[in-house]
Amino acid sequence: MKALVLLSSLGVIALLAEIFSFKKLLYPIVLLGLITAFVLNIFDWDTNHTYFKMMQYDNYAVAFTGVIIVVAFLWFIMAEGFFKEETNLTDHFALVLFALVGAVMMVSYNNMAMLFLGIEILSIPMYILAGSNKTDVSSNESAFKYLIMGAFATGFLLFGIALIYGATGSFDLSEIVNAVSSGTAAMSIFSVGVLLMLVGMAFKVSAAPFHFWAPDVYQGAPTMITAFMSTIVKTAAFAAFLRLFSTTFMEVSGVWMNVVWVMAALTLLVGNITAVVQTSTKRMLAYSSVAHAGYMLLALLAGNEYSNSAILFYAAAYSIGSIATFCIVHIISTAKNSDGVDSFNGLAKTNPFLAIVMTIALLSLAGIPPTAGFFAKYYIFTSAFVAGNVGLVLIAIIASLIGVYYYFRLIIAMYFKESIGTEAVPVESNHKLLLLFIAILIIAMGLFPDCVIKLL
Amino acid sequence: MITLLLIFFPLVAGLLLLFVKGPKVKTLALGAAILEFAIAVFALTQFHQDATTQFEWNYAWVQSLGITFHVGIDGISMLLVLLTTFLVPVIILTSFNTEHKNPSAFYSLILIMQMALVGVFVSLDGFLFYVFWELALIPIYFICLLWGGEDRARITFKFFVYTLAGSLFMLGGLIYLYLHTPGEHSFDIAALYTAGQSLDVVHQGYVFWAMFIAFAVKMPVFPFHTWQPDTYTTAPTQGTMMLSGIMLKMGTFGVIRWLLPLAPLGVEKYANIAIGLAVFGVVYASCIAIAQKDFKRLIAYSSIAHVGLIAAGILSMNTQGVQGAMIQMLSHGVNVVGLFFIVDLIQKRTNTREIAALGGIRNVNPQFAVLFLIVLLGSVALPLTNGFVGEFLLLNGVYQFNPWMAGFAGLSVILGAVYMLRSYQSIMLGETNTITSSFAPLETSEKAVLIIICAAIIVFGVFPKPLTDIVSPSVDQLITGLNTALGK
Repeated sequence: MKALVLLSSLGVIALLAEIFSFKKLLYPIVLLGLITAFVLNIFDWDTNHTYFKMMQYDNYAVAFTGVIIVVAFLWFIMAEGFFKEETNLTDHFALVLFALVGAVMMVSYNNMAMLFLGIEILSIPMYILAGSNKTDVSSNESAFKYLIMGAFATGFLLFGIALIYGATGSFDLSEIVNAVSSGTAAMSIFSVGVLLMLVGMAFKVSAAPFHFWAPDVYQGAPTMITAFMSTIVKTAAFAAFLRLFSTTFMEVSGVWMNVVWVMAALTLLVGNITAVVQTSTKRMLAYSSVAHAGYMLLALLAGNEYSNSAILFYAAAYSIGSIATFCIVHIISTAKNSDGVDSFNGLAKTNPFLAIVMTIALLSLAGIPPTAGFFAKYYIFTSAFVAGNVGLVLIAIIASLIGVYYYFRLIIAMYFKESIGTEAVPVESNHKLLLLFIAILIIAMGLFPDCVIKLL
Repeated sequence: MITLLLIFFPLVAGLLLLFVKGPKVKTLALGAAILEFAIAVFALTQFHQDATTQFEWNYAWVQSLGITFHVGIDGISMLLVLLTTFLVPVIILTSFNTEHKNPSAFYSLILIMQMALVGVFVSLDGFLFYVFWELALIPIYFICLLWGGEDRARITFKFFVYTLAGSLFMLGGLIYLYLHTPGEHSFDIAALYTAGQSLDVVHQGYVFWAMFIAFAVKMPVFPFHTWQPDTYTTAPTQGTMMLSGIMLKMGTFGVIRWLLPLAPLGVEKYANIAIGLAVFGVVYASCIAIAQKDFKRLIAYSSIAHVGLIAAGILSMNTQGVQGAMIQMLSHGVNVVGLFFIVDLIQKRTNTREIAALGGIRNVNPQFAVLFLIVLLGSVALPLTNGFVGEFLLLNGVYQFNPWMAGFAGLSVILGAVYMLRSYQSIMLGETNTITSSFAPLETSEKAVLIIICAAIIVFGVFPKPLTDIVSPSVDQLITGLNTALGK
């Protein structure tokens, strides 16, 4: 909760910076604020605070908040360039910080109203940020699509919440559970409500067949914002999804389990297969992001003692891997004015450091040992196995083999293809440090996964 | 402690090597590899020749999931660690007359791969085994991709996906067994053995297929071999040697250490099919080898034939079969490295590997002809060479399983002699032509490699006992355990 308050005040401070003209100081203030928020968040560990039954800071919330803040910190280091233009500087800061507030609310809600508020506080800044490259048509298109589709999904979500309220007479998660288990809820309305909320949540995590917005939005938005959407937004959305379905809706698992099964299978196959034919790296990563949602759905579906830590670990491993890949894609595409796969040709010769970090990140996304991504996949598969979803595990195995194909296309381009120019792409020193840190983190998480998974 | 040293010394050496520039790299890499061999020999001197697992190291790695860093060496592991640590310096020495671009990365990858290979052979935890197993794939993929020949991107990628697909099945099998371990789930080898052997025959059958596919792809056994000839042909010589000399043994070792004890009933049930595939592969690969024009490709196919026989011997689940497989793994490793080196020598001097284009090299370089002949006789399993002991025991083992299969498998000896002697005749004997007339004499390092290999072939052909002594207590124990599990 302290972290949430701090993040909100940081957002307000960012808005004030324009008036009191300390814009130059804003970047260090935000970084410092994030570190403080992380420390404050640690103090919430094992306290299990509840606030007016609206928010519940159990260890689940604290762990996911921690992951979100760490990823946000890495994201701010990566996105320094995004905060360099003079106009709209404070808006950018404030919007990103408010989006973070929404993300933290989404992992700690205990009431449908807070869930809805969290999703909206997260989404509305994202609609704006997706269009923050005002002169670019595709950025505008991306923002517009995101807004229309997002509003549509919110409609479903809200309708679902309304029906659940109608069926149980409460927004409070524990009271909803009580109403369902004591049999006082109107089950038919309740089931419809659950399914409508499922549609809304599936949209937010970009699970097939509600994923169509993702590739266009991801490709059109500025690369930094794409990175934000595919890491922090996705982590928060999955945490919210899991919190709702693994506890409150577990009573009626018969209603949604089969639907999620089909969604998981579709997401895995559609995401991975479509990624294969992409020529733009950004679009490929967008589809890969869809595919990764599929793996996380496996753990959600399993609904056992492994699920929470599996999704936590997967979200963390996937997010840091994505930050690294998006950072490198950003560096390359600004230097070469193209985000095609062929712009990576010969990178191993011109920029061996970038090539090695990219390789580690891609191996992690593909799930090859000894990286974090391998352990994440292993853990997800175990949780699905325990739940008896052997068929889905087989589909996931096939999907990850397809995944290897498109991740390795980039690796082959970097090491095997000849580059057009021999000049090295310039890399800023903060990006170098960030990438080095992430590369070490990916290996360290792969070698010592216990540090993260024993949290939950 | 010594096991940890064996695993991590090559890794540290490999990483340090990345920072070395210039021609020193080769010598330093060779030095590191020889030091690693010295550590292995030291381990051998400390090793008690019985069936126990020694130099154990058990450290809780991912405690909440029952994953441990559990390593140790028994006779079977000892022999393969010796093979690995012996071959890596030889392989590095073979590259002394080759200039690879970016040599520090090349030798670093070889040493890192050695670390993964040693790790595979000493792992006593299912998860750890899997991690090392996959880890070995990454360096060899990059060795083949960066330093390989024509069309390497496509071929090495096929190799990568093939083996990865196989491995994922194994991972599935391991997770399945892990979830059947009693009490707190654990990946420890003993717990997995218990879990596997407590399953009924149907479920052991599933486990058998899941794991067999992974090992069969790695070896490779027919019909999972289609990646192999292309990859062996395209890879740089040292990469081919790592693949065929050592990495192939990961598959056969996997069957001995993991597959047989994990699913003995499954093996018994499907042994007919699996051995049938292996033996068919022996004959099939031999026939294709006879028709090859490219000498490197011929040896690639002959490797399929040899490993098919090893697989058949192991799967017959008797002492002779497994013992023979162990000896043959060692001999095949040495011989195949020798053969690929000879291919490399010829190619470097004549710019061709086409058998028909060569001829009469013996007239130009008789010394090379003798050394080649010794390696060749070793690989066709002439008595008093190292190939003979293993092949004899293997055929004996398969015969106990099924005389007919042994008969077919025995064809490999005859067919092997046919294609090897024919190519020797065509390459070395006959008239010297324009391509071969300028065949340069051997360099010192080249001579050294061939002499080391020939010495190994003859010494272990005449005195195989020191090797069999290391391994036979462990093999006996394994077979006794299997027979108990099968209720014999």
